[in-house]
Amino acid sequence: MAPRTSAKICGMGHSMKRKEDPRFLQGKGNYIDDFTLPGMLWLDIVRSPIAYGKIVNIDTSKALEIDGVLAVLTGKDLEAYNLHWMPTLMSDTQMVLPTDTVMYQSQEVAGVIATSRYAAADGVAAVEVEYEPMKPVIDPFQALEDDAPVLRTDKEGQEDNRIWHWEAGDKEATDKIFDEADVVVREKMHVPRIHVASIETCGCLADFNPVEGHLTVYMTTQAPHAIRTVLALVAGHVGLSEEKIRVVSPDIGGGFGGKVPVYPGYVIAIAASVVLGKPVKWIEDRMENLQADSFARDYHMDAEVAADSSGRIRALRIKTLADHGYSDAQAAPSKFPAGLFSICTGSYDMENAYAEVDAVYTNKPPGGVAYRCSFRVTEAVHCLERIVDTLAHKVGKDPATLREENFIGKEAFPYQSPLGWEYDSGDYQAAMDKAKEMIGYDDLRREQAEKRARGELMGIGVCSFTEVLGAGPSKDFDILGIKMFDSAEVRVHPTGKAIARFGTKSQGQGHETTYAQIIAEELGLPAAHVQVEEGDTDTAPYGLGTYASRSTPTAGAAGAMAARKIRDKAAKIAAHLLEVSEDDLDWEPGTFSVKGAPDKSVSIQECAFAAYTNLPEGLEPGMEATNYYDPPNLTFPFGTYICVVDIDRGTGEVSVRRFVAVDDCGNIINPMIVQGQIHGGLTQGLGPALYEEIPYDEDGNNLAGSFMDYLVPTAVETPAWETGHTVTPSPHHPLGAKGVGESATVGAPPAIANAVVDALAHLGVTHMEIPIRPDRVWEVLREKGVAG
Amino acid sequence: MIPPQFDYHAPGSLEEALALLGELDDAKVMSGGQSLLPMLKLRLATPANIVDIGRIPGLDSITESGGSLRIGALVTETALEENATVAERYPILLDTAKVIADPLVRNRATICGNVAHGDPANDHPATMLALRAQMVATGPKGERTIGVDDFFHGLFMTSLDPGEILTEIRIPAPGERSGGAYLKLERKVGDYAVAGVAVQLELDKNGKVTRAGIGLTNLGFAPIRASAAEKALTGATLLEQRGFKGAIARVRGIFSGGLDADEVIAAAAQAAADATDPVADRRGSVEYKRNMARVLTARAIRQALSRAGG
Amino acid sequence: MARHNVTVTVNGEAHSREVDSRLLLVHLIRDELALTGTHIGCDTTHCGACTVLVDGVPTKSCTVLAVQADGADIGTVEGLADANGMSALQEGFMQEHGLQCGFCTPGMLMTGTALLAANANPSEAEIREAISGNLCRCTGYVNIVKAVEYAAAKMAGADAPADGEDN
Repeated sequence: MAPRTSAKICGMGHSMKRKEDPRFLQGKGNYIDDFTLPGMLWLDIVRSPIAYGKIVNIDTSKALEIDGVLAVLTGKDLEAYNLHWMPTLMSDTQMVLPTDTVMYQSQEVAGVIATSRYAAADGVAAVEVEYEPMKPVIDPFQALEDDAPVLRTDKEGQEDNRIWHWEAGDKEATDKIFDEADVVVREKMHVPRIHVASIETCGCLADFNPVEGHLTVYMTTQAPHAIRTVLALVAGHVGLSEEKIRVVSPDIGGGFGGKVPVYPGYVIAIAASVVLGKPVKWIEDRMENLQADSFARDYHMDAEVAADSSGRIRALRIKTLADHGYSDAQAAPSKFPAGLFSICTGSYDMENAYAEVDAVYTNKPPGGVAYRCSFRVTEAVHCLERIVDTLAHKVGKDPATLREENFIGKEAFPYQSPLGWEYDSGDYQAAMDKAKEMIGYDDLRREQAEKRARGELMGIGVCSFTEVLGAGPSKDFDILGIKMFDSAEVRVHPTGKAIARFGTKSQGQGHETTYAQIIAEELGLPAAHVQVEEGDTDTAPYGLGTYASRSTPTAGAAGAMAARKIRDKAAKIAAHLLEVSEDDLDWEPGTFSVKGAPDKSVSIQECAFAAYTNLPEGLEPGMEATNYYDPPNLTFPFGTYICVVDIDRGTGEVSVRRFVAVDDCGNIINPMIVQGQIHGGLTQGLGPALYEEIPYDEDGNNLAGSFMDYLVPTAVETPAWETGHTVTPSPHHPLGAKGVGESATVGAPPAIANAVVDALAHLGVTHMEIPIRPDRVWEVLREKGVAG
Repeated sequence: MIPPQFDYHAPGSLEEALALLGELDDAKVMSGGQSLLPMLKLRLATPANIVDIGRIPGLDSITESGGSLRIGALVTETALEENATVAERYPILLDTAKVIADPLVRNRATICGNVAHGDPANDHPATMLALRAQMVATGPKGERTIGVDDFFHGLFMTSLDPGEILTEIRIPAPGERSGGAYLKLERKVGDYAVAGVAVQLELDKNGKVTRAGIGLTNLGFAPIRASAAEKALTGATLLEQRGFKGAIARVRGIFSGGLDADEVIAAAAQAAADATDPVADRRGSVEYKRNMARVLTARAIRQALSRAGG
Repeated sequence: MARHNVTVTVNGEAHSREVDSRLLLVHLIRDELALTGTHIGCDTTHCGACTVLVDGVPTKSCTVLAVQADGADIGTVEGLADANGMSALQEGFMQEHGLQCGFCTPGMLMTGTALLAANANPSEAEIREAISGNLCRCTGYVNIVKAVEYAAAKMAGADAPADGEDN
């Protein structure tokens, strides 16, 4: 689609170079660890070496002898202020610092406050903690057994390790289809615990001014406004009041969902600043980040598909166990404890479906963040896209063909899914066709047959996912009761330049550029003249933040709506300046002209000047508007990914030879940025598919607690991604856009896993658990007698 | 991650360094620091003193003389990678350097440091075993030369005395028809080896293996020499020859030992696998690692042969 | 505990400080010299966010002591642009969308700068190998590779690659 605006205006559809880049490229970004305040102190944290046990004693005397160590805060100290526990975003509770029991390895045990980073670290090494270890519960299935110890003895009425049960769909009707179906396939699969591992870790700088009773917290948060409200709710009893709390989210070095939760370190830093009356900085290191911050995924799924003998899907049934660690500290909307897992029917039309999830406590770090996905969509898509391949294998059909035969047709939109979603728009076959053409699907199948005859292992994996994002409509979506709208405030200055502020927070997505382009599209002001700001709760309008690909669907829409309000006002001014009625005006981006007399015109800049200098009678001066956008529905981007892998029969190594991603995210604001988002998402899908996992041993030791074992792919492992797109606008979004940040993270893992399984399918292999490590592949090769 | 307190010393000469090592308690020698500093930051090592030999002149040269390649204490992996003699005559060293950590670490990491660290997960020890290198240790009483087979004792344990510095590694110059290769299976760039195999072969003019060296990485508590595998190769003619010459060679082979090249290589590879004593960890099971020793040994032998120029 | 006088030239400017033996070079640069463009992303010398040039050689500054750098000529991201504007590589990153959150970017730029100084026309494989000690979590590396290629072409005097309007 050709852009509607000129390159000078640079509205939607232009690959505008990013406005934020010059500062990042010259080392002038402002990330959390770059902030320094006079008199600033440092917090470092003592952490538990064991997964479960009683704290017998904490001896801080040696630490306090160290030059520069000023204080050591323990749970007992916080208990005096009733700050030793805090609520999670899922209304569970989580310790800030323990008073008696530790529940996972690397849990915060004490905070050391010192005059420097180095002294604080020495202090941490000198605090002596005596533990009485207890046998931890690590396996979530074991946690459900009758003889499992109850972990959350702090919770009144908690008699087992269950957190909640959630279900969606008509169980009875689904079971009936299964009973009578020609074909039923079943796979058990685990989407393991992983970590966002943004290159910047988490941290904050808390600055409490005891004279004013005012707290400023600079922190790595994707949701500054919500954090401010949570702080007011949690610490109201010690005198923190919301009008005296300012949360500033500076430049963020990657978020991906990991910077949504409130971590104990933030709260300890704030408590220390309040107690000591000085600014306190806390910057976690990588090992703390991987070992204690919120994990993602960890869903054990038992999935079944019922179909007729030709492979026409009739029903889906999934039973899931969700390992949440010792507290449900997900960042999911209140009504959806299993997130949007019910998107699990995906791109396929079926009669019915039923999904259930049981959540359990174990002795692992709390969490369940929506790592670059709208709350459990990754798990749902992996599950479905894997088992659809199993079905194709079972009925002897090419996996692409089987998908095509089951697609929801483009005429069926808006489509009502069996689990209750109304898909806004889609054309799944178009994306499939484009992906097949780009990769040369038929040739690859021929090559595979030839190689197979020679004993070589090559696989082609297909995934046709449907995403759901843009949380969300206020009737269903809130976090701790706060509705999940988002906001924009646009102000045009007299000289025709503008500032636009949003309730979201970029972590690399390029909001300063795309939001400016949205305003440019609607007002015809050059995007270069629109300054975008986010992240400071004192200045930005209230919003729920950036995660779940919600920025474009919510705040982006709010920006468009606010700009339209301004345009409406500008029309009144234009009519006044041109001495015609508003009805007699034509609008081209940036210019009002008189119908039939195009040379009689005024620019949006002239209207802006007039808004301050020459107003029609009765019109309020100024040119500014605010919009809080409550989306009418979610958006449903989709795509087809095709991956080609080669397997080394000797070592079991999988190499991704090619990967084609065709995405449809509706109308595109900035093609360059959209493509970048897809590249990044694919790489964050490659990681869990082949490399990344946080496993625990039976004692609860984290076995991937540093970048030594948490295997983030480098440029060498990562293939040269190939991307394409189709455009199916969202009918309900003001710009027809859908959001894109997460599609690729969701769609890539099953495409890669399907390719590996496809390479081995002729040996009778139907499933491989991710991450598909070489040793796992080799075990299969050996079992099948083909290892080199 | 902050290192603990220590004192730092930067001697300007070898004599000064040795004197410091004699005087100071609990001193640790540092060259590139790419192994030591991460250990300090994790507080896995807490020496009271660090003697940085990085400023001592004359220790950073690679020279071929007196029938040996001499690698000084301060030669970095990058310098090794960029050295023309190494590329031409010691490709196994180039193979090894290229798979250590990542290019930035290799800019500071040294070959001697890699060896002196005594970590069986490091890559150079296996290569030094294959090459039958000599370690030159300099101490208060002067220089002594330690054969590589006497150098590694166990996890982080070598024959170096606390007062000694590994000042040079000497690698015997390769014969006319010789070739070597180092193959490493790693989970991603920057990883330690799941398994690593170094093979160095010398052939006579008929293509018969006159000398074989095989070293194994990260497959036991110390770097391993696969002696039985070496023995299996020695005396065998492995070059693939086509046509009449090949037929003759095969017939000769059958008369001499009854095995063809593929079988000899497979037997040697199996012998290498049998020499391993790996532990199961995130890189794989004992069974997997043993088999990877086998697979990589066979591949490394073939590559070494091809470089020996059939 | 012994303190040491350290003099380093950073981006052409000499600085002297008295430092602890254990002070890491990255902390000297960030905390003492207030050049916060150089970042820290891990504890185990894997991520490369802290990469600077030490006497022209790209080095992970979290794994070098400040005292080891005494007398060295250090280049950081702040020194890449000059009065004429951003360097060809910086421009390449901007034109090819080689950065998103920007946190790994300074390290990538320093590694890329050294690569181009040593190899004016690197292949894709050479670029990928050269940056394999620098982790990026946002970009998927494709556009970082393109950014280096852009800079190589520009420095060779060729026309800059076409400014793609679409993907």
